[in-house]
Amino acid sequence: MTPDPHSVPFLSLLLVFVSAAFTDNILLVRFLGLCPCLGVSKKVDASVGLGLAVTFVTACTAVLNYWVYRYLLIPLDIVYLRLIVFIVVIAAFVQLVEMVVERLSERLYQALGIFLPLITVNCAILGTALFMIARPYNATQAFVFGLGSGFGWLVAITLIGGIREKIDEKHVPPGLRGPGLTLIVIGIMSLAFVVFSGMIKL
Amino acid sequence: MLTGIIVSVLFLVGCGLVFSALLLLAERRILRYGPCAIEINDGKKTLEVDGGGTLLAALAENDIFIPSACGGRGTCAYCKVRVLEGGGTIGPVEAPYLSPAETKENVRLSCQVKVRGNMRIAIPESLFSIRRFRGHVEHKRPLTRDIVEVRIALDDPAEMPFVAGQYIQLESQPYRGRESVMRAYSVSSPPSDTRAVETVIRLVPDGICTTWVFEILREGDSVQFSGPYGEFRLSDSDRPCLFIAGGSGMAPIWSMLRDMKEKRSRRSAVYFFGALTQADLFYTEPLRQLEKELPDFRYVPALSREPPESDWSGERGMITDVLARRIPDMAEYEAYLCGSPGMIDAAIKVLQSGGIPPDRIFYDKFA
Repeated sequence: MTPDPHSVPFLSLLLVFVSAAFTDNILLVRFLGLCPCLGVSKKVDASVGLGLAVTFVTACTAVLNYWVYRYLLIPLDIVYLRLIVFIVVIAAFVQLVEMVVERLSERLYQALGIFLPLITVNCAILGTALFMIARPYNATQAFVFGLGSGFGWLVAITLIGGIREKIDEKHVPPGLRGPGLTLIVIGIMSLAFVVFSGMIKL
Repeated sequence: MLTGIIVSVLFLVGCGLVFSALLLLAERRILRYGPCAIEINDGKKTLEVDGGGTLLAALAENDIFIPSACGGRGTCAYCKVRVLEGGGTIGPVEAPYLSPAETKENVRLSCQVKVRGNMRIAIPESLFSIRRFRGHVEHKRPLTRDIVEVRIALDDPAEMPFVAGQYIQLESQPYRGRESVMRAYSVSSPPSDTRAVETVIRLVPDGICTTWVFEILREGDSVQFSGPYGEFRLSDSDRPCLFIAGGSGMAPIWSMLRDMKEKRSRRSAVYFFGALTQADLFYTEPLRQLEKELPDFRYVPALSREPPESDWSGERGMITDVLARRIPDMAEYEAYLCGSPGMIDAAIKVLQSGGIPPDRIFYDKFA
């Protein structure tokens, strides 16, 4: 079944969201954004913080990059510059968000702390922008796709954070501690998420 | 083909320019806090500064120099001040440098605290007298193969009042791709010599500032530094003193001893100086002269790597062993130490087992 985005807009948006968040989970199926995940997922609250920040930035930059791609790169026939341009847009946006957050809420700024600059180099965000242009989306769908991708990342890192907190209380062989066991956990979770992949086809 | 290249180059350049301009504009508009008042030490001084920058920078603009060696990157942890109000929460950069006791006392790294509104802070009174100085190198002369004496004549301000044992922060100029840095050096001249400062500088292999001093700095060159910093000084008691130093740790002790002579101090003192070989000893003649001029002063140089067959008739071995051998009962003494962290830690152990309580051991440790 291929949904028609023009006839059933809400259902289509929901499908885009669900597929981006679960069947095509950016962390567990696409394996993007793994390094900040390994670094931060030691605790659930830190995981949720970074996950929320990633979700926000992914959703906003997806639609920004959509406009840049649609109205600048395609007309000027310089689509091959998309990688570098997307990165620059993401970096500038993160800087801007950092400033706004610093001004508006010092508590949020302190809580996000080092997470915001980390996001600039999170490949899940660039990956989302690249997957987004590979599909026939409009601006709204691009935004929802970004939101879904970010949400998927948030869900994944929160689950991993929770599992790691539990694991840390157990006796783990020294050779497996830290990233080793985390990668095995991610692998097993990834198996579970791959099962979703037949459910929705986009 | 060619237009394609030109379009892409122009686009990328344009992208960079637009985003930079946007961010600069945003920084100006968003991160503006207006004038903020910083009250220091319960109203002793109040500063009006423009908000948005760091506390360290705001204080420096108003000629209050908090010690800082890393240039505000949050790695040296020298710039600690107490922020009583308006400092916000402790950030992730400074957290590792603050002990639980310091956190309770509201101690913060002033390079990480941003001025976002009115603040109340507390700093040691002595920081008020720290100034920035411009001077020129009056002379630079080698004392041993890796230690030089540098004398800086002051140009502006023309005088620096200080206490023997304090240090200055010398600013190196950029050279051969190395950035400008600030490094601490103890003053070796006596406080009566207010129109110049002398320091004793040891070459640190690959050290940014010491290489600059050894290879680039010439007599007559203009230099900048700030000071005086530090709490290392002689106490007011009349207990006998033990001075222990190694290498360029000579500097503050040399200042203290000459200060004692000028003030006609009656305190008895023993100075243990550790070096590798005879070639690493310096100021030996003037120190021997001081033995005659001070009422009760002995200079005990100890060499740890002097060849056994040489003509050296003084002490041999590690400075700490010599100390324990010469002064078995130290209970009545006060100790003043300056040298590498390794030497100081070893000396503190010997001093404590010799009976000196920790509150009578004063030291200036340099890494």
